[in-house]
Amino acid sequence: MEEELMAEKRPIISTGGRGPAPAGKRRSLPMAARYAINALLVLLVLVVGELMIDGGAITRYQTSVLQQVGVYIIMAVSLNVATGYLGQLPLGHAGFMSVGAYGCAIFIMRLTETLGMTGRDIVAGGPLVGLIVFAGVVFGGLCAAVAGVIIGIPALRLKGDYLAIITLAFAEIIRVVMLNIDDVLGFELTRGAAGLTGIPSYSNFLNVFLAVAVVCFLVHTMMKSRHGRAILAIRDNEIAAEATGVNTTYYKTLAFVVSAFFAGVAGGLYAGCVGVLQPANFGFMQSIEILVMVVLGGMGSMLGSVLSATVLTILPEALRAFSDYRMIAYAVVLILVMIFRPQGLLGSYDFSLSRVIERVMNRDFPWSKRAASDGKAGEEVSADV
Amino acid sequence: MDGVALIVSQVLNGLQLGSIYALVALGYTMVYGIILLLNFAHGDIIMAGAYILWIVLAQLGLNPVVAMLLSVAGCTLLGVVIDKVAYAPLRNAPRLSVLITAIGVSYFLENGAQLIFGADAKVVPSFAPVSSIQVGGLSLSFVALITVLVTAISTVVLTFLVQKTKLGKAMRAVSEDMGAARLMGVNVNNTITFTFAVGSALAGIGAILYVMAYPQATPTMGMMLGTKAFVAAVLGGIGSIPGAVVGAMLVGFSEVFVSAIGLSVWRDAVVFLLLIIVLIVRPTGIFGRTMSEKV
Amino acid sequence: MFKNVSRRQFVQASAVAMAGLSLAACGGNEGGSEGGDGASSIKVGILGPHTGDVANYGIACRNGAQLYFDQLNEDGGINGKQVEYLVEDEQGDPTQAVTAYNLLVEQGVVGIVGDVTTGPTTAVAQQSVNDNMPCVTPSATAAEIVTYGNNTFRACVTDPEQGRIMAAFANEQGYKNIGTLYLKGDDYNEGVNNAFVEEAKALGITITTEQSYSAGDVDFNSQLTTIIATNPDAILAPNYYEDDGLIVTQARQQGYTGVILGVDGWSGVADYASAEDLQNCYYCCAFSSANDEGLAAQFTADYEAAYGETPTNFCALGYDAAMVLAAGIAAAEEAGLEAGSDEYLQAVIDGIAAGSVEGVTGTIAYEGTGDPVKSSLILTFTEDGAEEVFETIDATA
Repeated sequence: MEEELMAEKRPIISTGGRGPAPAGKRRSLPMAARYAINALLVLLVLVVGELMIDGGAITRYQTSVLQQVGVYIIMAVSLNVATGYLGQLPLGHAGFMSVGAYGCAIFIMRLTETLGMTGRDIVAGGPLVGLIVFAGVVFGGLCAAVAGVIIGIPALRLKGDYLAIITLAFAEIIRVVMLNIDDVLGFELTRGAAGLTGIPSYSNFLNVFLAVAVVCFLVHTMMKSRHGRAILAIRDNEIAAEATGVNTTYYKTLAFVVSAFFAGVAGGLYAGCVGVLQPANFGFMQSIEILVMVVLGGMGSMLGSVLSATVLTILPEALRAFSDYRMIAYAVVLILVMIFRPQGLLGSYDFSLSRVIERVMNRDFPWSKRAASDGKAGEEVSADV
Repeated sequence: MDGVALIVSQVLNGLQLGSIYALVALGYTMVYGIILLLNFAHGDIIMAGAYILWIVLAQLGLNPVVAMLLSVAGCTLLGVVIDKVAYAPLRNAPRLSVLITAIGVSYFLENGAQLIFGADAKVVPSFAPVSSIQVGGLSLSFVALITVLVTAISTVVLTFLVQKTKLGKAMRAVSEDMGAARLMGVNVNNTITFTFAVGSALAGIGAILYVMAYPQATPTMGMMLGTKAFVAAVLGGIGSIPGAVVGAMLVGFSEVFVSAIGLSVWRDAVVFLLLIIVLIVRPTGIFGRTMSEKV
Repeated sequence: MFKNVSRRQFVQASAVAMAGLSLAACGGNEGGSEGGDGASSIKVGILGPHTGDVANYGIACRNGAQLYFDQLNEDGGINGKQVEYLVEDEQGDPTQAVTAYNLLVEQGVVGIVGDVTTGPTTAVAQQSVNDNMPCVTPSATAAEIVTYGNNTFRACVTDPEQGRIMAAFANEQGYKNIGTLYLKGDDYNEGVNNAFVEEAKALGITITTEQSYSAGDVDFNSQLTTIIATNPDAILAPNYYEDDGLIVTQARQQGYTGVILGVDGWSGVADYASAEDLQNCYYCCAFSSANDEGLAAQFTADYEAAYGETPTNFCALGYDAAMVLAAGIAAAEEAGLEAGSDEYLQAVIDGIAAGSVEGVTGTIAYEGTGDPVKSSLILTFTEDGAEEVFETIDATA
């Protein structure tokens, strides 16, 4: 029964949002144009955002909220790889985040100390700082990926509920290790309960959102590749996937490790936003909050993850006055969504600007009936064949 | 205190802790056995039970017996309501959805309690008749002995219920094959509700014993207790009654042992490591049935 | 196959970032401002966990601080200006603490009472250095907090100081063998324990065993069995009252009748263990509602009138932290500086550093650091379980 965790009453699955190719002369955008449009948009957002921050149109408070939004977007997108695409339910995502956060923070702190840089030098920026931060975040990601391999290989032998439990167990172990590792090592590494303090604030709007764009891009391309389809195949039916020659162990571990890597990246950026890390901040609740983001947005929908991470991070800020009721509201929404829309708010729908442009090019508007039904079929494809 | 006395009292500590875990683990195991749901909210039912005790004893000042009965009744009712409101609509939904709903219910109960009662611990007045009894020069904790005894009785009664009664037969039938049981005329929904009621009643008893030993009620008390009991149930082989008890004792004793040798900070890690090792060696737990994959 | 694939995630990121900007822009206008009006008022922040797991500490500090500012306003405020306090909640989370801090700064506060617990306070202390924003934490005891800059002060004494006070007390009482049981994974408890052990050893006291437990534990029997087996004269339990209540009860259940020592985390323990079990327990603390001397007694009466409950140590520290900040602001106001300017903030800091206030937890003065020099009380319990002042330990520089 374990393998049927997600199998019963499978929600509609999108394998990429493409339907049967419409007959004949449908005009489409060339690949290069798609890249260019999206890259331009990202650049526009980054530049406009940065200008607004410099000009004071976005206040410091709003910037710090935005940075959190970025971190949680990466967390949700990365968990979505394991939950939405691979179809497993890891309950220890915060564990990877903490490994990445500690790895990145310690790396950057030690390196800048060796180079004799102060916190102000780092905040001031520059190419060298950019390089160090990049290296630190990647290092954090790699630490998390290593943890992912260590956890993934035994955990992925199990299925469904058992995998959920074992990842929960591993995350708790990571937390206990972070608390007590210094006693074992005999020197200060994580500084236990006192917390790793004095982390320079190396995260800013620019590098966080650059990371968001890069992570989204990488996850997206991976999922559109051969490897991504292998992962989706495992989710839809592991036995069938294995029968058709997919190396299930390899691809499950791959998805798991990729998920851990990006969680580590998010952790690294988180450390730079907060400036202090304590193991207690990466408990079970943190893992659940990220899971809630993925589930609410729609498992398997990157847009869903991004949107719900954004909303769920900003909403509590907007509702500061009602913070007492915030968690209750979370819980109620989670239950209601599961009862009335188990596939999440967006299901597995993903938005594509290029597709919209193509529709315009083809005069294929939702309000023109024939075309609409044609296009609709392209949006969502049921995997239950 | 000499060596023997030290060992005896540490063993009793282990038995006491294991017994409380066992009562909670039994609830997990029964619900999982019948609808394959990890009822994350189970630990929070104990929390509710503890608050009921607090209200009845500290606020209303009623008799402890009344308080205990109300606590068990309240837990049972809560378990059934949770099932009817949150889980019943999802009987045919993907299991992931039900699992996430369970997490949502757990969240709801914890935060609801925090909203109503505040974050600080509420002290439940002591209602154990005596604190310790003397056995041959040893001072044994009365609460610990009662806890072990009540757990033993509950386990026997539960085993009888499941193995010998008609309802127990229905429960086993539903857990074996829900569809076939329905065809054979078993009222599946009622059976599931009954299972929730029994599991929650056990949680209510667990709450009483827990509060007797540790007289506080906090909104998050169910979380760690639930997680540990849950580990115990999985260790023993979720779905198995003797498994839950054995798993709980294993968890209780390893916790006490790790603390006794002065490594209490690693205690949680040891428990979870134990779980991981058992799951890797025996993926369905010690007493779990191995299931073959269906194609 | 690949031809129709789009790179939509770029677009998503962009769209969402845009949405984020606009949403955040809305969010920014929300603030918990209360009372006061415009230009003739002075804005201060009260920051702490008012919801979440550690809300009880945050709420106690907030209530104390609010009480002080309300009284101050009734008496005419500072320099004829009313104090407008903005309360922000951070749920005990460092991330939220930084965000809430930024929000307060943007609303133009000239000083902050907060944060309350160590993790968030550290995060805020690191941030606030850049703004030179005066912060007075009522209760964060970790030594490092005041080391990031000159702008952070605390109203309480540090963990090591409390450990030393209790070690001196134990020595004075002639306890020769002491076992300890503390929460591992929290620097408050570890800090006190380590300082106590170090100082006790220096004074010739034998530490029979050091036992620890983890956050959320309720069963201390195993550790207590080990400790009691070493026949100690006293047990040190430097933890928060909820745990300490259980520790005391379980130790008594195991037949231990000896002395149990604690520190200011014990404040409020009387509700968590029976009067009988609390006999022979001593702890050091800055404040006790049982203290019938001057300011403390007045504060207890005022607090009870305002909130209908007996103030704890945290309430008193919140009140004193507010008083310390107000004294600094008064100094800056006297200098006639422009509110909110860099010079003004520096003047507030200088005012706090140079001044000395008579608080409800004793005289608070800062001698070149952010750590106060102040007296402490040793408290014990009467036979009916009420707190009682055992002795007063004078301030040591």
